[in-house]
Amino acid sequence: MTAFLAAAIIAGTPLLFATLGELITEKAGNLNLGVEGMMLMGAVMGFAVGLWTGNPFLALLGAIGAGALGAAVYAVLTVTLRANQVVTGLTLTIFGSGFASFVGKSFMGVPAPASVKAIFSTMEIPLLSSIPVIGPTFFKQDIFIYFGYLITICASLYLWKTRKGLNLKAVGENAAAADASGINVNLYKYVHIILGGALCGLGGAYMSLVTIPVWQENVVAGRGWIAVALVIFASWKPSKALIGAFLFGGLNILGFRLQSMGIHVSQYLVDMIPYLATIIIVIISTRKSRKEDMGPGDLSVPYFREDR
Amino acid sequence: MKKFLALFLVLALVMSSLAGCGGTKESAEEPGKTDGPELTVGFIYIGPATDGGFSEAQDRGRQAMVDYFGGKVATLVAESVPEEKQSVKSAAINMIDQGATVIVGTSYGFMDALEELAGEYPDVKFIHFSGNKMNDTNFGNYFGAMEEPRYLAGMVAGLMTKSNKIGYVAAFEYTELLIGINAFTLGARSVNPNAEVKVVYTNAWVDAANEKAAAEALLAQGCDVLEQHCDTTGPQIAAEAAGAYAIGYNLDSRDAAPKAFLTAPIWKHEAFFIKSFEEIMAGTWKPESYYGTMKDGYVGLADMSDLVPADVQAKVKEVQTKIEAGEFPIFVGPIKDNKGNIVVPEGTTLDRAGIWSMNYLVEGATGASQ
Repeated sequence: MTAFLAAAIIAGTPLLFATLGELITEKAGNLNLGVEGMMLMGAVMGFAVGLWTGNPFLALLGAIGAGALGAAVYAVLTVTLRANQVVTGLTLTIFGSGFASFVGKSFMGVPAPASVKAIFSTMEIPLLSSIPVIGPTFFKQDIFIYFGYLITICASLYLWKTRKGLNLKAVGENAAAADASGINVNLYKYVHIILGGALCGLGGAYMSLVTIPVWQENVVAGRGWIAVALVIFASWKPSKALIGAFLFGGLNILGFRLQSMGIHVSQYLVDMIPYLATIIIVIISTRKSRKEDMGPGDLSVPYFREDR
Repeated sequence: MKKFLALFLVLALVMSSLAGCGGTKESAEEPGKTDGPELTVGFIYIGPATDGGFSEAQDRGRQAMVDYFGGKVATLVAESVPEEKQSVKSAAINMIDQGATVIVGTSYGFMDALEELAGEYPDVKFIHFSGNKMNDTNFGNYFGAMEEPRYLAGMVAGLMTKSNKIGYVAAFEYTELLIGINAFTLGARSVNPNAEVKVVYTNAWVDAANEKAAAEALLAQGCDVLEQHCDTTGPQIAAEAAGAYAIGYNLDSRDAAPKAFLTAPIWKHEAFFIKSFEEIMAGTWKPESYYGTMKDGYVGLADMSDLVPADVQAKVKEVQTKIEAGEFPIFVGPIKDNKGNIVVPEGTTLDRAGIWSMNYLVEGATGASQ
């Protein structure tokens, strides 16, 4: 059972990074559907830099840089040029998958260097890891996963305990009002879109450096879309994103575990559950119609200062 | 100033048209001097040519064929073409416009598009991998008896397992995969009657992380040798991390998990390409439904790694020699399915049609079967 839970955390970690990235982007009022593309860009650049330098930290920087670069292009198009966010995001996804295939062509099937893999091997946290069930599930993991916990806490504190976080939410809720109160709307949008892209890049790098440390075609395989759904599932809260990511990670591998035990459930059915759960959550949250469970007010609305 | 510009543009126009004339003249003289390709073949892949699996196996076959013909055959390649009629047709028509007279489509879902094209372009030959449609003039298909190397891979697994539990990560549950699972299970149980094959389906051809997760689930159930019928090295990586063994698929992938890799059933598409294109150039080609065996050199078993002890290798090679001589059919009765019913009665050997109507798993294999 704990083996299953620990595996669920591993399966959920790329989702966690990508979901937090998209969450922060959406808090700035921008819907970026390029998550899948940014994850793939991060996956391939993280792997490439790791392969070329043998340095895991440079590899992570490469992944962050690639994700951020993808997001920066999106930001220029949607914030400065006010292009349609849905179309731009989808374009970014298509671009990212092509970019990953193109860059990855030369090292298809090549394993990541041992120096990179070593840093991401399992690292027990003393004391905490000896708690029954919780210990082996959460605290006998790799350093990347602990970083995920840390980022979640930081994102929560940032959004609800700092003035900058409050400003960010204002930008997403009502950009015109935020602008009137002296917040630099475009700067906030740029910073958080790029930050979100960097987190998506990290999520992709987890897949190419930790989950499967051998370069493969299309490593992300649709998880970027689950992340987009997860943001809604989490009703734009980092803590719920953490729970949701691990839950969806668990659902992702549940079917395999059942099949290997001789219980035959259709994998098609299991693959539908995350999306079905999201639809149900959307229905429930709309029925309750609590403002805080809904998305940011100005989500996917381009901001024209002259329109005020 | 304007006059100058006009003069300049006229001059530029004249120069370029002259240059154009020169070009055509030159090329008109060329054919006598150099040997142009006799045949241009267009290949349409569903994935990138370097996907490390399915499409790469096709592309390596293409390269080996090109090397064999040494300039007589030119190739055009369209990668990552989705299984949509319009995409396949436009990729093919684009190649025909560039002089291709043979189109090879390498994914099952290309079938209907190729069939239509065969009607629209009677002078172009269409060859389709894994399909079951053909015509009498210009549309044929090819596939291989992957059950033969899978049987051998099963023998390797059956002899290497200590827990007698073998894991099998498969993409989808349909005939092609059931044949592979059954051949593998028969091979494993031919040398180890206690061996049990547990099957987990991932519902995707290419999803490294899920294939690894499926493999981990099997390892958690005590499986110590894994086999796969999906296109990434995910299961092999999971096996290596758990100290278990793994058998690959499509290509020899020993570099991905050197501490786990035992062998792999592999494709050698060049055997078919060379044969067919020789026939096409000689004018003797007729559409066929090719089913390449180990005897034909079309499918094979990758060299067993050093992890496989010599006595195991010897046992496997003994049967391999028989299969390569065409003297060892795989599905010979009596065969029971995993519910205890006799599906192949004693004295019966399944032919190609019989093999391709399988909808069950044999005794010793556990998993869903349609």
